[in-house]
Amino acid sequence: MATKKASAAETESKSSASRSTSEPVATKKPAAKPAERVTAVEMGARQREISVSEFFTKNRHLLGFDNPRKALLTCVKEAVDNALDACEEAGILPDVTVRLEVVSNGQPVAASQANRFRVTVTDNGPGIVRQQIPRIFAKLLYGSKFHRLRMSRGQQGIGISAAGMYGQLTTGKPVKIISRIGPKAAAHFFEVQIDTKKNEPLVHENKQIDWEQPRGTQVALEVEGKYQKGRASVDEWLEQTSIANPHVKLIYHTPEGETKEYARTYHELPPQPREIKPHPYGIEFGMLLKMLQDTKSHTVAGFLESDFCRVSTQIAEEICKAAKVSPEAKPRELKGPMAETLYKTLQETKLMAPPTNCISPIGEKAILSGLYKQIKGEFYTAVSRPPAVYRGNPFIIEAGLAYGNRPQDQNKPQQPTMPKAEGEGEEEDSELARVIRYANRVPLLYQQSACSTFKAVLSTTWKNYGLSQSRGALPGGPMVIFVHMASVWVPFTSESKEAIADYDEIQKEITLALRECGRRLGLFVRRRERAASEFRRRNIFELYIEEVVEACNRLKGGKLPKEKLKAQLQKIASTRTGGQKTDQALGKTGAGPEGLPHSIIVTAEGIEGETALATQIEADQATAVTTAEPHLQEEKQANVASASKRKVATPSLLEQSSRKVKTTPGGKSSKLTKTTVLRKPK
Amino acid sequence: MTTTKTKKPTVVEKKLISLADIVIQAAERSKDPTLQIPIRALSNVAFNEKKGLIEMGSKKQERSFFNVGMAKRFMQTVLVADALSELQRADLTTSLREIYYRTKHTIKDSHENTFDAQDESDPVIEDLEVSLAALREELHVSAENRGSIVGPVIFGDDGDRVDCSKLGKGGYSVPSIVEPEYLEIRRCTADFVLLVEKGTQWNRLSEDKFWRRYNCILLTGNGQPPRGVRRLACRLHEEHRLPVYVLVDNDPWGYYIYSVVKQGSINLAFESERMAIPKAKFVGLSSADPENYELPRNVGIKLNDKDIARAKELLNYQWFKKPTWQAEIKRMLASGLKYELDALANKDFQFLTKKYLPKKLQERDWLD
Repeated sequence: MATKKASAAETESKSSASRSTSEPVATKKPAAKPAERVTAVEMGARQREISVSEFFTKNRHLLGFDNPRKALLTCVKEAVDNALDACEEAGILPDVTVRLEVVSNGQPVAASQANRFRVTVTDNGPGIVRQQIPRIFAKLLYGSKFHRLRMSRGQQGIGISAAGMYGQLTTGKPVKIISRIGPKAAAHFFEVQIDTKKNEPLVHENKQIDWEQPRGTQVALEVEGKYQKGRASVDEWLEQTSIANPHVKLIYHTPEGETKEYARTYHELPPQPREIKPHPYGIEFGMLLKMLQDTKSHTVAGFLESDFCRVSTQIAEEICKAAKVSPEAKPRELKGPMAETLYKTLQETKLMAPPTNCISPIGEKAILSGLYKQIKGEFYTAVSRPPAVYRGNPFIIEAGLAYGNRPQDQNKPQQPTMPKAEGEGEEEDSELARVIRYANRVPLLYQQSACSTFKAVLSTTWKNYGLSQSRGALPGGPMVIFVHMASVWVPFTSESKEAIADYDEIQKEITLALRECGRRLGLFVRRRERAASEFRRRNIFELYIEEVVEACNRLKGGKLPKEKLKAQLQKIASTRTGGQKTDQALGKTGAGPEGLPHSIIVTAEGIEGETALATQIEADQATAVTTAEPHLQEEKQANVASASKRKVATPSLLEQSSRKVKTTPGGKSSKLTKTTVLRKPK
Repeated sequence: MTTTKTKKPTVVEKKLISLADIVIQAAERSKDPTLQIPIRALSNVAFNEKKGLIEMGSKKQERSFFNVGMAKRFMQTVLVADALSELQRADLTTSLREIYYRTKHTIKDSHENTFDAQDESDPVIEDLEVSLAALREELHVSAENRGSIVGPVIFGDDGDRVDCSKLGKGGYSVPSIVEPEYLEIRRCTADFVLLVEKGTQWNRLSEDKFWRRYNCILLTGNGQPPRGVRRLACRLHEEHRLPVYVLVDNDPWGYYIYSVVKQGSINLAFESERMAIPKAKFVGLSSADPENYELPRNVGIKLNDKDIARAKELLNYQWFKKPTWQAEIKRMLASGLKYELDALANKDFQFLTKKYLPKKLQERDWLD
């Protein structure tokens, strides 16, 4: 947007703006009366700058404020994204509290009927220095993330200020911010609004206050919105956020007065993503021209080497030679056809793919723990693909699956088996799988069918993995498919960041990740099925053994040691139907099957596979329950330490931890003890 | 089930008990209990041209317990064996249906019955007959009485004298077991035996006292003759040297009934020796008869697809390879029509007894 500024018009537009404030924002068309002629001078008088803020006021749908329901979600999303980005960049395990409150004038209104809400998001992040607060919250396109190639949730610096502006537009209320950068510093309270014309912050209130938090930021927005549960709701978004961010402790106070707590199940911060320079393959010609103007280098070769990644001194010289540009030429003087040849040469030169350490994937373990925590299932798996590149941008695709009903749930609806009458069949389970999509750890809730991830899910042949799938439809459930794209620049189909664009390289990576998940699921499903069929066979045999033994006994004149014969036959039946393996695969022994790689299998008896991880989650939930008081960061870190210590624990420590778990209401204590012992030292 | 009698187990009973031993020994060795049962199908029969009999081959099928497809059958076999041995001990003779009811019950803790219908238990009994080489009579099992006899023959049945020439037009109902121990042929003055497929035509012949005029025995099995009827015909043939003539419908099924009487059946090939009458003759209805006896075409019935398929099967049976038979069947196929015996009534109600049979027998117009 900023590049559109015409410097010549700038001064003029400022004066004209002051002259007639009621005039609508200029459209470039002349008045629609053909008879009346308008001179260029008159037209010129009408042409003036459009303030970015004004533009977004008129085009709020571009930023996700199309309707009150979505707007409420967008506000929560922007605030939480900012909080998480800040915490992670500062290396702090995030504790985020989201509070939605109904704002009513006088009479209390039910949450579902209300149309005005206060969104308060509090984090334990690094805080913001006082001078920056107004601009961060009340100036569009202001921020630290736009100008660098680094993986983060927010990218443009529009989000939170746009949310503030939306609030200002719909309720007239300013954004309220409390921020504190450390226990020794004072907490600052701000009330800010945007001057929509100048895109500058207006500070209404600025004072020091007492705040119970030693460090962090709190943002409160008052906005017009609609609270409705279900698909694409705030609740769903927060739940999905907690799946992809198991290192976050999230507390959510719903407008209905409930409190949902999403515990932290993964005690490591994702590795810090690094900033990278653009890769030549990823830039457009216009971008190159701009970079040529802005560079600090004095020679073209130096510019190529210092402003791009994967361009060495030698390669820079080769490029110059191939483009017939002098390596010593001044970058600022490179224009027109010369620059174009340089651009073409850059694209044609063989270069190494960009470095991929700039991306921090969620990681298979963390995805597993996130899925296990939030989604009930029998089988979980997660795959992190190696980094790949599209148009010079490195990216990583991660996928996960949570499949099936938890055994507890299976048992519930079991009705007494009744002989089936004619026409009575097994009830068709027509539930389809659900896809949850993420870009840089942020859940994407809208425009599912436009998203590359969704297309990849549809084009995967799930039938190969033992699932049902109708043509062009999602596979049969119950299943949740998790897809995450991490990149320094996620290509969205629109500014509101709802769907990932369809690049071949991305699509391919997603497909590969899904296939790997599918293969693991297929192994599980098939093993289950095989075991189930063996089990049915064994049942048939066992059913008849009794009869055969009785008949043999009568044939032998009643003198047969019946029990012995029966036991012998039962033993044969068992060995001939897969023996122990069958029982194990069906979770009937309690010992559990061998876990598949990077998978959790839940059986009626407990959890298998990545048991260490799963039990850690349970144990954490247990500690979370027992220590109810809000704890400080230091305590948290102590927790992390103890958790990691537990992995290589001495016997006494083991006992301790298991005893601790025994106090939980979950009542899986015996299982836990076992799996804790089974845990492999890392 | 019943108290064991002190008397020594019979040969058959020993054979039945051996089944239990198979199970016990296999279990002892952790092996799958398996019964060897001779196959009762076309693949395991051979036509002995010299004897004119269908004989069972030596092929056997295994029926093992730990095989999902066979487990139930195996269990049923053992149950039936148990019931049969009970019969042996109690020295009772019972019917197939009673065996079915005796062994039928619901398996503990399930909705499954040991047998759902009699057609599950009947083949099991046949399996046991074959694999234990014990006759049904020896197993003390009888089928339902089916079939009637009338004519100048006197039987001794349980000490009663049964004169089949003095039983009106209803005749004597042929018991399922007609072995000498059960049924004694005291006197027989007939010249031949006429085995009629259909009860209705047998009634016609009996009512017209055909047997008296031609001094013959009239037998019927109401369709495919049961073993009792076949065995009785065989005994009359062997013990009293009576020729046997077979009168059936002119269709593939009629031909097959004749062949069963003559050479034995595929299913009961192991009993051919006892039952088959290789010298039996086919008197009618032949596919040449409609022309010879001027039956109008409109009393014929069009051969349906099943008939044609069956006829083609017959053409391939070894015992139908005689040129006369090939010609007979091909003629039927060529005409595309089949005729029932009853169709003869089109000419006259008594055409069968007054014209057709006398002429046939006089002209010795039959097929071998």
